[in-house]
Amino acid sequence: MEPIKVLTANIDKPNSASIDTYLAGGGYESARKALGMKWEDIIQLVKDSELRGRGGAGFPTGMKWSFVPRNAPKPTYLLCNADEAEPGTFKDRVLIEKDPHLLIEGMIISAFAIGSNPMAYIYIRGEFHYGATVLVKALEEAREKGFLGKNIFGSGFDFDITVHRGAGAYICGEETGLIESVEGHRGQPRVKPPFPAVIGVFGGPTVVQNVETLACVPLIVKNGADWFKSFGTPKNTGPKLYCVSGKVKKPGVYEFPMGITLKELIYDHCGGITGDRKLKAVIPGGASAPMLTPDEIDLPLNFDAVMKAGSMLGSAGIIVLDETVCIVDAVWRLAKFFAHESCGQCTPCREGTNWMESILDRLERGEGRQQDADLLLDMSDNIGGKSLCALGDAAIGPVISSVKKFRDEYLHHVTHKSCLPGTKRYRRLDMPVGAH
Amino acid sequence: MADLQPDNAYAKDRFPDPKKTVEFPEDVKKRFDHILTLYPTKEAALLPTLHLVQETWGWISPEAVHYVGGLLDLSPATVFGVVSFYDMYDQKPVGKYRLRVCTNLSCMVSNAYDIYEHLCDRLQVHPHETTKDGRFTVLEVECLGSCGTAPVVQINNDYHENMSVEKMDALVDQLK
Ligand SMILES: Cc1cc2nc3c(=O)[nH]c(=O)nc-3n(C[C@H](O)[C@H](O)[C@H](O)COP(=O)(O)O)c2cc1C
Ligand code: SF4
Ligand code: FES
Repeated sequence: MEPIKVLTANIDKPNSASIDTYLAGGGYESARKALGMKWEDIIQLVKDSELRGRGGAGFPTGMKWSFVPRNAPKPTYLLCNADEAEPGTFKDRVLIEKDPHLLIEGMIISAFAIGSNPMAYIYIRGEFHYGATVLVKALEEAREKGFLGKNIFGSGFDFDITVHRGAGAYICGEETGLIESVEGHRGQPRVKPPFPAVIGVFGGPTVVQNVETLACVPLIVKNGADWFKSFGTPKNTGPKLYCVSGKVKKPGVYEFPMGITLKELIYDHCGGITGDRKLKAVIPGGASAPMLTPDEIDLPLNFDAVMKAGSMLGSAGIIVLDETVCIVDAVWRLAKFFAHESCGQCTPCREGTNWMESILDRLERGEGRQQDADLLLDMSDNIGGKSLCALGDAAIGPVISSVKKFRDEYLHHVTHKSCLPGTKRYRRLDMPVGAH
Repeated sequence: MADLQPDNAYAKDRFPDPKKTVEFPEDVKKRFDHILTLYPTKEAALLPTLHLVQETWGWISPEAVHYVGGLLDLSPATVFGVVSFYDMYDQKPVGKYRLRVCTNLSCMVSNAYDIYEHLCDRLQVHPHETTKDGRFTVLEVECLGSCGTAPVVQINNDYHENMSVEKMDALVDQLK
């Protein structure tokens, strides 16, 4: 499969973030076209394209839009999820920094289709300070040209966008955590139902959509649903950004039609494994996705195929681990992440993630017990499906898959009180724990 | 009021000093007023206002918490609750340069811990502490969304990618 340049068509142009560059490539024509269409027709078009959310869950976008009531007592809101905090994921950042107008145009069209209130928000993680300044500048440019503000393209549609910066909390990427955070609260997810499409931010119907999802929208309006479906396979359509990191020779963001195989991506396009070593495990969809072993990588990277293989495409953050990485060390680091990022509302998630981190830590220290592998599985059982949001389920993905697939390596830590020969623990064990 | 202040260190950190008051300078006040116009509720302005506080004074003091509560009609406890939830809001004074080292998985397997541990050794601080001269705070952070150019260190607002112990040393020398 050859790489494509569809979502990334502009990013290598000089001054790619400026509105002049964007306009020279036909920018904002899709928005002009869409605002002359009936909103029902735009939703139908997006449904026909079979576009699915790029933020993690792969939910059909057009269907989500059709859930929005048109006569709700409170205004409807569009929120762009630019929190991008799933470890292994760094694609939205490229679009934000290099082609912000594509995102803005996507938001104008999407907001018009769902009947959004005049103000929408881009929730960008606090660490992306540069990205936020790029967006603020791009929004100013769009306002000057009349693409934002009152009566856009003479359609009678009033619309503007505010950049809302997060402040360092992974859980604010979860859509109801994000809504809470926009409202000025701690980012603690809400119980669903009611779903955000019915009652979301400020009490109004709310659509939360990932950056890459929104960036697909102008392309669909411009080229049609059939064109979009010509990439990928039925129900798994469109151009897709894949983030590859870890032990590969050429890490980075790659664009392919949805469904390139993991094997081809790693070996033909990323140059294979660092130092031509052996592959040990791959996480295909960000830290939340269960691990795959080398015999499982002849796998099309689309939502359904990866799900069928027992993992998930998630945010398409592909983390490659080679034979020198100690699996217990790798899983410990992910467990530490989830323990730190648990918002603390649900006891199984709050207590369980911390406990899993300390069991993995004691295995690394040579203080593990014979039953620890099973204890981890048992705990996972008590977190999964018993917590309020998907972070709880995410936290157990790497743990369960690694215990099942690398049990010998876990046991080695108990019997030999050290990592497998030839594998390495990356941190020192004598560092004092810092205050968080 | 002063005699009501509890004696333990935890609570002390959270009580404003009655002798100190804080107020945004005029230009920041203007930005604050603009922020209020962007949201349908006052409370929604809390996160951006706390960013303003941190930009203006470098950290979020108990006095600032009370001040912000007053501006937005929120109790200080509500504001504290939000400040303490988000990692980027500093509840203590921090160094002029915050060295935020990502050690999440992709950075870890690119030797990020070597950088982090070296910084603690070289600057003689424990993790999350500030050097005595007030210049550096060393922080271990979660994924910065830049794993393709691991390891990554964020210094204040800026990302430094494809880092190494040597490059880190050179940067710290420059920042002295
Ligand atoms: C713990 C957690 C973190 C998440 N983080 C993000 C994120 O950083 N960016 C994102 O777009 N979606 C994230 N999601 C998914 C969102 O909840 C939501 O499904 C998504 O924003 C919907 O947009 P989409 O349909 O366009 O993908 C996260 C979900 C969970 C459970
Ligand atoms: S599952 Fe975890 S992160 Fe999600 S709401 Fe419960 S405690 Fe918070
Ligand atoms: S793991 Fe360090 S930037 Fe993602």
